[in-house]
Amino acid sequence: MASHTEALKTADGISLKLSLQRSLRRKKRNALLLVAPLFLFILVTFLFPIFDMLLRGVENSITEEILPTTVVVLADWDPALGKLPEEEVFKAFTVDGQIAAKAKIISRLGKRLNYEKSGFSSLFRKTGRKLRKFDPEKLTSTYKENLIKIDKKWGQVETWALLHRESGSYTKSYYLAALDLTQNAEGNIEWKEADSRIYIDLFIRTLWLSCLITFLTILLGYPIAYLLATLKSKTSNLLMILVLLPFWTSLLVRTSAWIALLQKEGVINDTLVAIGIISDDSRLSMIHNSTGTLIAMTHILLPFMILPLFSVMKTIDPSYVRAARSMGATGFTAFRRVYFPNTIAGIGAGGILVFILSIGFYITPALVGGVDGTMISNFIAYHISTSLNWGLAAALGAILLALVLALYILYDKLVGVDNMKLG
Amino acid sequence: MNTLIKTTLASAILAASVTSAQAETEMVVVSWGGAYTKSQTEAYHKPYMKNNPGIKIVNDDSSSEATAKLRAQAEAGKVTWDVVDVVPDAAIALCDEGLAMEIDHDKMLAAAPDGTLPSVDFGDAIISPCFVPQIIYSTTIGFRTDKVGAVAPSTISDVFDTKKYPGKRALQKNPAGNMEWALIADGVPSADVYKMLATEEGVARAFKKLDTIKKDVVWWTKGAQPGQLLADGEVVMASAYNGRLFAAIEENKQPVGMMWDAQVFELDGWIIPTDAPNKEEALKYLKFATDTQRLADQSKYISYGPARKSSAALVGKHATLGIDMAPHMPTAPANAKNVLFKDVNFWADNQDELAEKFEAWLAKG
Repeated sequence: MASHTEALKTADGISLKLSLQRSLRRKKRNALLLVAPLFLFILVTFLFPIFDMLLRGVENSITEEILPTTVVVLADWDPALGKLPEEEVFKAFTVDGQIAAKAKIISRLGKRLNYEKSGFSSLFRKTGRKLRKFDPEKLTSTYKENLIKIDKKWGQVETWALLHRESGSYTKSYYLAALDLTQNAEGNIEWKEADSRIYIDLFIRTLWLSCLITFLTILLGYPIAYLLATLKSKTSNLLMILVLLPFWTSLLVRTSAWIALLQKEGVINDTLVAIGIISDDSRLSMIHNSTGTLIAMTHILLPFMILPLFSVMKTIDPSYVRAARSMGATGFTAFRRVYFPNTIAGIGAGGILVFILSIGFYITPALVGGVDGTMISNFIAYHISTSLNWGLAAALGAILLALVLALYILYDKLVGVDNMKLG
Repeated sequence: MNTLIKTTLASAILAASVTSAQAETEMVVVSWGGAYTKSQTEAYHKPYMKNNPGIKIVNDDSSSEATAKLRAQAEAGKVTWDVVDVVPDAAIALCDEGLAMEIDHDKMLAAAPDGTLPSVDFGDAIISPCFVPQIIYSTTIGFRTDKVGAVAPSTISDVFDTKKYPGKRALQKNPAGNMEWALIADGVPSADVYKMLATEEGVARAFKKLDTIKKDVVWWTKGAQPGQLLADGEVVMASAYNGRLFAAIEENKQPVGMMWDAQVFELDGWIIPTDAPNKEEALKYLKFATDTQRLADQSKYISYGPARKSSAALVGKHATLGIDMAPHMPTAPANAKNVLFKDVNFWADNQDELAEKFEAWLAKG
């Protein structure tokens, strides 16, 4: 009889433990290989862009790229003294500026600094044009006088103070601007003037509208999902198609349809006037304002609420409610104590889905939102494609991301993410 | 003898390879899409491709994002566009950044039939050394003829007069254009508008004037919206591009009229990206597409004025409607009595700040 201390062996004579370990490792490796494409995909299309976006909100290497020596000599200058920089700074700027003007990159810096103060765009364009033709051999005055002759703004301390402030590789000005803050001449952070504050109100409005839309989709979606889950499958399948059909229709088509319905001379107003509920000159304004955004977005996002709710309700055994009823609960109590708690997971999933989608919505608010129905994403789109201020767009996007994450954590603390069920 | 054969053979092969390369040349022309691209296809692309069988012109409707996309292409080191239709501020920015090539207008473009040099023929429209002007369009006011009463609005002050013309108006959601109009309506002469807007008092005065109609304004963002808002009866008047109003009035026969007072002139034209894949072909195309006849031909399809002075006399009838196009040009003398040239340099400096103020003003409710 073999000793019981001898290890168990497989048919080919390797110890069973080792063989098991090997096969486990192979399985792990296979699993990793299987998810590798997805992981790579997410890395390239999701994590990397987000990281890049976060970086763009603070990145400011443009000044030292375009004015490499000026940045170094300007670093010693103190704008608080209220005196213009020394001659060597003007000389360095002239040399750097001439190289940049010939390489046709100087106006990029002008555009960048114009975000901080109007007028820099043309100042740099003009200076660049003059410096391209500048010949140091023929200089009869000092570099300082020469630059001031090109534009008198070079003789103002504020011009150099701004250049000094924005000469580092990183800047906080985009994030400050995204929070309606600015830096004054002394470098202190303060609120922007009241007539230029926009973003804080927009963030609040975006969150408020998103909450409202989420609430409305729950209110409207819950009974429909309940109906779908409890009807006979033949009828419920038909109803399901009615839910999914708009879901499959183009977003633009659905938004335009709402325009046709809601406008002043639209179907709804015409009907109300025809049956005499409102008079012809008191037609309701339901579009080009926040009402329009609310209605159109609630409709568009409704399926995202109904589907998770439906899949959760489908799994609730009808005998639970029957049991509650048989033990004397009223219909309402049975719903409140037995049925509703079972659907919380679906409400959570649908709520998060709708909320996060609506925070980032921008086509619908742009078309039907008018002034008080536009959201922060409209401004992010504006800064990306029209004003080309990508730094500010990145800062706004990062703040939005941080807000969503903060709300998600709050949700986790209150409801618990584990309770969420997507189906 | 041998050398001769070799040379002949070599040049034959060369010629063959050149022709075969030509047969494959695809030239990407970027423009705004819609009726505008169609007018370019009819007036420029089709005749050009007929004359040059080796070239195939491909349209790309990306002009609204031209600066951003061209920048991205240049950063990635792969420019795929050959000719790009842009507005002046984009042309200036792209030229400053070295992304558009500089053009010697007199050497590279066709002279007018009477020999006038292109630089004279285009005149002030050459706002940047990289820019080849194409059309002059204007932003002006259209109104519902059935909803403005007996006397149609005729001056820009009427837009700001809600007593005389009650009802909603549609304006573009952008400070440019509206602030100028507000000042003109407030009594500032067109010539002094930008001097005024450069001061804080001027900006405040413009907003104060805009305040008087704020609650009656529907703001539009896309060029097709004002025509739709007028057709639906959502508004009684709307600012719109003149070509869109022409389409509403003449092509779609809507009850819409238009006025030309204080129309804001803007240019549109071509640039060639510095690293365009078919630069030579692009230049040849531009020489053809911006000659006097071709610019006049475009107005058969859309009511935008040719940017060349010499083209004005050649403007003919609309291709399908058969009506005379000359009176519908923003540049026609009868229409151009009081015009405002949009100051591209002013807006390059002030767009960021004024857009912010404008949004804050809108939000104040």
